Amino acid sequence: MVENRPLATTLSHLVLVLGVIIVAFPVYVTFVASTHTAEEIVRNVPMPLVPGSNIVESYKLALLGGQTAYGSTIPPVAPMMVVSLVSALVIAIGKIAISLLSAFAVVYFRFPGRSLVFWMIFVTLMLPVEVRILPTYKIVSDLGMLNTYAGLTVPLIASATATFLFRQFFLTVPDELVEAARIDGAGPMRFFKDVLLPLSRTSIAALFVIQFIYGWNQYLWPLLVTTSEDMYPVVMGIKRMISGGDAATEWNAVMATAMLAMIPPALVVLLMQKQFVKGLVDTEK
Amino acid sequence: MGAISLRAVEKTYGHGAKAVKVIHGVGAEIADGEFIVIVGPSGCGKSTLLRMVAGLEEISGGEIAIGGRVVNQLEPAERDIAMVFQNYALYPHMTVYDNMAYGLKIAKRSKDEIEQRVQKAAKILELGGLLQRTPRQLSGGQRQRVAMGRAIVRQPQVFLFDEPLSNLDAKLRAQTRLEIQKLHRELGVTSLFVTHDQVEAMTLAQRMIVMNAGRIEQIGTPEQVYGRPASTFVAGFIGSPPMNLLQGQAEGASFRIGNASLPLPAAAPRGGPLLLGLRPEHAGLGRDGEGWPLQVEMIEMLGAERLVYGRLGDAAFTLRIDGTLPAPRIGDTVRLQVPASQLHWFDVGSGRRVGAEGAAA
Repeated sequence: MVENRPLATTLSHLVLVLGVIIVAFPVYVTFVASTHTAEEIVRNVPMPLVPGSNIVESYKLALLGGQTAYGSTIPPVAPMMVVSLVSALVIAIGKIAISLLSAFAVVYFRFPGRSLVFWMIFVTLMLPVEVRILPTYKIVSDLGMLNTYAGLTVPLIASATATFLFRQFFLTVPDELVEAARIDGAGPMRFFKDVLLPLSRTSIAALFVIQFIYGWNQYLWPLLVTTSEDMYPVVMGIKRMISGGDAATEWNAVMATAMLAMIPPALVVLLMQKQFVKGLVDTEK
Repeated sequence: MGAISLRAVEKTYGHGAKAVKVIHGVGAEIADGEFIVIVGPSGCGKSTLLRMVAGLEEISGGEIAIGGRVVNQLEPAERDIAMVFQNYALYPHMTVYDNMAYGLKIAKRSKDEIEQRVQKAAKILELGGLLQRTPRQLSGGQRQRVAMGRAIVRQPQVFLFDEPLSNLDAKLRAQTRLEIQKLHRELGVTSLFVTHDQVEAMTLAQRMIVMNAGRIEQIGTPEQVYGRPASTFVAGFIGSPPMNLLQGQAEGASFRIGNASLPLPAAAPRGGPLLLGLRPEHAGLGRDGEGWPLQVEMIEMLGAERLVYGRLGDAAFTLRIDGTLPAPRIGDTVRLQVPASQLHWFDVGSGRRVGAEGAAA
């Protein structure tokens, strides 16, 4: 800003700092809780707000599982992380691949019912997973895909949002580029690979970030299609560790798991941030 | 080799009742190595015609042959042509080198051959130092040259230019015009150049095709088109300021506009209603009492010349005189001397040229 008004500057900083605190504080509490023993967390009310000394044990317990002080068994989180990672990657990459191809077809090919197809894709925007969850479950179960990676990912791959986004992007690519490629002798797939893909690089990066987090955070769908422990994603794992009723909850392990579950999406955002911002800033057209 | 034949070429958009015909049976023969400019106002179908030659638009009727081979059903890449687009259409993510090499790569030429052809084109177009840049880092003129380079490396039978100069500023445009001329002399490749700019058309063309509303008005050398326009449209479109067109009655050796009667240096080709065309620079100032009376209304000084706007009877008339001559005063009546050879006659209804001189090809 060019203006120099100390009061406004202070105020805006205040608001920003407040916002950061509101967002960051729960994360901090989670972290602190993961560094204490389960006993310390339960006994001290309110909970201590400085990190304790149990950090190594908490994370070891969460990652590798094992017996707790109260005698209950905690399942290891490491394999769940793998399940989550694989599903999130498959969902993100699958979504991008399918959306790119369908947007390419809708924008660049004249086939009967083209606009009908587009509108059908568009209409599914109004039908999120939760709305069609029972019929989808029936199909997945009939196909014998329960407790498989396919069951976890395939129904989530089709994406109207991403298709729509790529369609809008393709529409901004000048027609002359298509024609130049035709004169250069590039067939449709060659054009797609050599021209469209490199041009959509930044949108792909942005979508990857969004879709990876979407895939990672899936809860309801895995809850339905997985019944065997080795196919549980980490988000479900957290919930399952919080035992209801009389059994004691190992809060330090729960919090450690939560922290662990936060790391991959945070990493993706951090690593892709540059591409992501670049996609918003410079228009390569 | 690179001769182009257009035979009754038609283009229709849409079907049935909604069909709109934009090209009405265009025919032309273009010899190998010729530089042809297609010129016309916007919407006259000149770009559509070019795109049909390129294969980017379907041909609704008639035939187009390139190098003696009918290309109606061929893909653009199979027609042995190269095209330079108005906005250059360079691939934004590729370097200059890759932009030029892309077509050859697809055609699966050897690396050495690609390298050699690109370097040669870069040398011709003075792009040597820019090969590793991306189009974003180039100026408009440089992008334009890269677009031409991309055409050159293909070594096609025909170059197609779709208003390639209209995105350049005036100075660069004049310079590029000369470069294109030079390039054509060196390479000798048949070229079709579409423009709406008559200066480009006049300076570049060996022959020009003047189009209007989907039809060819005239095909000829710039001298023929300028000197013997085949219709009032051509007369008004080529030349700036345009040819004066006076509507009146030819009666023997005089031409009557409203109440005024102008003496003719030579008899009109026929009597009755006619359009008389006369270029602004072809009338001269005459002595008092002789020639056509022009009442001066406005004067523009352009440096080398002066434009005098006035009235000849009821009709508006523009006169171009040497800038060194004394300017007539506004409100005065000057006398015009009209050489017989510079009078053009057109039919009032059809706008076509009448008289023996109208047979310009």
